[in-house]
Amino acid sequence: MLLEVRDLQVEFHTRDGVARAVNGVSYAVDAGETLAVLGESGSGKSVTAQAVMGILDMPPGRITGGQVLFQGRDLLRLKEEQRRRIRGAEMAMIFQDALSSLNPVLTVGAQLGEMFIVHRGMSRKQARAKAVELMDRVRIPAARERVDDYPHQFSGGMRQRIMIAMALALEPSLIIADEPTTALDVTVQAQVMDLLAELRRELNMGLILITHDLGVVADVADRIAVMYAGRIVETAPVYEIYRAPAHPYTRGLLRSIPRLDQKGRELYAIKGLPPNLLRIPPGCAFNPRCPMAQDVCRTEVPPLFEVAEAPGAAEGRRSACYFWEETLHG
Amino acid sequence: MGRYVIRRLLQMIPVFIGATLLIFLMVNVMGDPIAGLCGERQCDPATEARLRQEFGLDQPVWQQYLTYMGHVFSGDFGTAFNGQKVIDLMASAFPVTIRLTIVAIVFEIIIGIIFGVITGLRRGRPVDTSVLLLTLVVIAVPTFVTGLLAQLVFGVNWQLIRPSVSPAAPFDELILPGLVLASVSLAYVTRLTRTSIAENARSDYVRTAVAKGLPRHRVITRHLLRNSLIPVVTFIGTDIGALMGGAIVTERIFNIHGVGFQLYQGILRQNTQTVVGFVTVLVIVFLVANLLVDLLYAVLDPRIRYA
Repeated sequence: MLLEVRDLQVEFHTRDGVARAVNGVSYAVDAGETLAVLGESGSGKSVTAQAVMGILDMPPGRITGGQVLFQGRDLLRLKEEQRRRIRGAEMAMIFQDALSSLNPVLTVGAQLGEMFIVHRGMSRKQARAKAVELMDRVRIPAARERVDDYPHQFSGGMRQRIMIAMALALEPSLIIADEPTTALDVTVQAQVMDLLAELRRELNMGLILITHDLGVVADVADRIAVMYAGRIVETAPVYEIYRAPAHPYTRGLLRSIPRLDQKGRELYAIKGLPPNLLRIPPGCAFNPRCPMAQDVCRTEVPPLFEVAEAPGAAEGRRSACYFWEETLHG
Repeated sequence: MGRYVIRRLLQMIPVFIGATLLIFLMVNVMGDPIAGLCGERQCDPATEARLRQEFGLDQPVWQQYLTYMGHVFSGDFGTAFNGQKVIDLMASAFPVTIRLTIVAIVFEIIIGIIFGVITGLRRGRPVDTSVLLLTLVVIAVPTFVTGLLAQLVFGVNWQLIRPSVSPAAPFDELILPGLVLASVSLAYVTRLTRTSIAENARSDYVRTAVAKGLPRHRVITRHLLRNSLIPVVTFIGTDIGALMGGAIVTERIFNIHGVGFQLYQGILRQNTQTVVGFVTVLVIVFLVANLLVDLLYAVLDPRIRYA
């Protein structure tokens, strides 16, 4: 297994108390596999990724438990200097807003080339040539002329391509893309997603795609992990989840996608609001918003149940719902 | 860029005329220069009339201004009442003040930015709190108090420096006066850098730089500092103009014969030519410093383009 996150727990110490952002998340990604992590804002999907990368702001953040196994090594036990060598070189991250995530006062060539200077000890000249090569690879037109341009001189889609080029620079074995297309136009979104998927295939990388956009997920992901209030509530192969969700939250998410055959009717919305992380409800965190909630949901935290639809069905399906069978068949 | 510079230079003309006219009027209207010349006694009417005619003071003020400006542009700043050419006074005073300003600016840049970076990166820690408190004290205490205290402690009690600077005013004698002169601005530079660093440290591009696996020192110097220094450079640039003319108190305390000293003498003795001449040059220094700051701004931040 390329990356295995085991029972990860992250807290944030704020003035109002301790926000439990991640409460025992476990997921795994293999080489060549794409895992989509789905969830609303505040579900802990980005915080988990930042903890994996080792770029969590500490303080206020604190990792209170769990393991992050990357190629067999527990990253949380490594020294900062060892982690730094892994960051960017063996695992890389693509951020949401390329305009604010690129340094406004440095040329894109300098920001791309920096990867080779720092991690590979190349000279400025070699690094610059590499930067041009990378820009060609992510299909930025006239790369040779544009290598000395600044981020603000590129369009949104081109900037995100530069972010992708930066992440791919040293051909890492794992890429974490945190909502890579949210800030883009719909047409550009598709182009950027296609490019990312294509390069992932070419380099046989593992990809963690963090998103709240179910439409993006269906095309590129192999597996999905749905997060709610810092926990994984359902994980399954992508096809299975779309066909028949095994958690009421997932079902709610799927039902709230607008569809053409629904025209004129009111769009479904999950009632209520995501929980305050300072006061997560006891039992299943989703219970106040769940149409199927029973007494047990309000007192006991549900474990991740093995979901076996029928004998011989796809394995590796899990749901954190006491009533997963009813949900699956309802 | 070229067009922008030309436009800015043209804009300087009205500012220059306005500022010099104001100072000319103030000096002329508010006091009688001849009265000051005779000291405590009443002037002899015949001598007074002769002096007035000699210096052109019997003509209307606007005509005096025009004549004066005409002379200024041919490099003649007039003659002080004691017979010294104002241009000679400038030649001896400006190099001294420029040296003093350089010392002050170097202190601002080195100490101010280092303290600012340290406190900005360690916000809320003891280092931050103590430096912040110190800057507040420095800002709150006026220069004449800091200056006299420093002179007393370092110059008189410990005798580490000469309490009074020699007329030649070499760099080594200007270190303490330079620090005193810089003190308030130094505190501002520290606070400005601190805020800017703390703000940018949370920015997305710094997070990207960390995610790229860059060493901490590279993240700070290449990514964080470069962005954070933009407002600081602006402040230091405008401060050059202020320090050049605003050293009156410091120059008095340490007996430095620079611009501030000459201005002080000129005002005290109602020496119109000296005051107007020096202020005219200071106005130009201020305007040029501001233009340079704006141009530097575009160099530091490529998003700013002047057209």
